[in-house]
Amino acid sequence: MRVAVPVFPGSNCDHDALHACGTVMGWETIPVWHQDPRLPEGTDLVFIPGGFSYGDYLRCGAIAALAPIMADVKRHADNGGLVLGVCNGFQILCEAQLLPGALLRNESLRFIHADVHLRVERADLPFTRAMKAGEVFRVPIAHAEGNFTLDPAELTDLEARGGVAFRYCSAQGEIGADHVPNGAMNGIAGIVNVRGNVLGMMPHPERAVDPKLGPTGGMGMFRSLEAAFSKV
Amino acid sequence: MKVRVSVQLKPGILDPQGKAVEQGLHGFAFEVEHVRIGRLIEMDIPGADPAEVKAKAQAMCDKLLVNPVMEKASIEVL
Repeated sequence: MRVAVPVFPGSNCDHDALHACGTVMGWETIPVWHQDPRLPEGTDLVFIPGGFSYGDYLRCGAIAALAPIMADVKRHADNGGLVLGVCNGFQILCEAQLLPGALLRNESLRFIHADVHLRVERADLPFTRAMKAGEVFRVPIAHAEGNFTLDPAELTDLEARGGVAFRYCSAQGEIGADHVPNGAMNGIAGIVNVRGNVLGMMPHPERAVDPKLGPTGGMGMFRSLEAAFSKV
Repeated sequence: MKVRVSVQLKPGILDPQGKAVEQGLHGFAFEVEHVRIGRLIEMDIPGADPAEVKAKAQAMCDKLLVNPVMEKASIEVL
C-alpha cells in the first residue's frame, strides 16, 4: 500500500501522518511537496495532514486548495482513489470542493484540544470497514475552526445520502449538543463524498495509533484501510 | 481601477467573533446589537470600464475570495 502525504507550508501534522502510516502500519509512505505537480506513481491513499497551511490566510485551507499538487489529488479522487483529510486536511478538501460545507470558527471562539468520542455512522467505507456502525472510538481533536456548517437544504441532503461518517458523542455513544465540542451542525465530526472515497474529519485518528505514545482509539480506521487494500 | 470587495458572513451563519465583540462593547456600556465581522479586500484591477472591472472582481470572488457556503460579497469600483 502506497500513501502520499502532501506537505504545505504550515502543515504541522504531516509527521504524525507519516509516523502512523509508515512506522506504525508499515505502509510505504511518501511526503509530497505542495509544488509537485504529480502524486507518486501508484498512490493508493492521499493523506492530507493537519496544520495551518499558508498560515490560514484568507480562510483555513483556501490557499492550499489551489496548490499545484491539489490538481492531481482531484484527479486521483475522480479516478476513485482514496483521500483522507484530517483537521486542516478536512478544511482543504471543503475549500477544494471535494467535500461539501465549510468549517467555521468554534462556537466558543477557543482553540480546543481534547479527547473526544466519535460514533461510527458509516461502517461500509474503506476508511471504516473494520469497524461497526454505532461503534464508539476515542481520538483527540486540536482545532479552532471545526464548526461544520452547511446550508439547511444541503445538510438535509447530506444526512439523507448517509454522508455523515462520524458524529461526536458521549463515551456511551449518545448524541446531543452537550457532546459537540465546537458547535458543528448535527454534531458532525467527519463526512464522506457521494462515491465514498473522499473522507474529511476534524479529529486526529493518526495521533492515536501508537501504544508507545498513548491510547490507540484511531487504530480502527487504519485497520480498515489495510483491509480495504488487502482485498484489492 | 481601485476596487473594494467587502466579504460578509451570510445572514443566519453564526458569527462567534461578532458575538464576542458585541459582548466587549456591552462591557463598555455601549448599546449595540447584531455585530457582524467581515473582511475588506482592496485592489487595483487594470481596465477603464467599471462594468468590466467589476465583472473581473466578481470572477475573483467566485474563484477564491468568497466561500459561498458561508459568505457573500459586495463589490465597489471606486
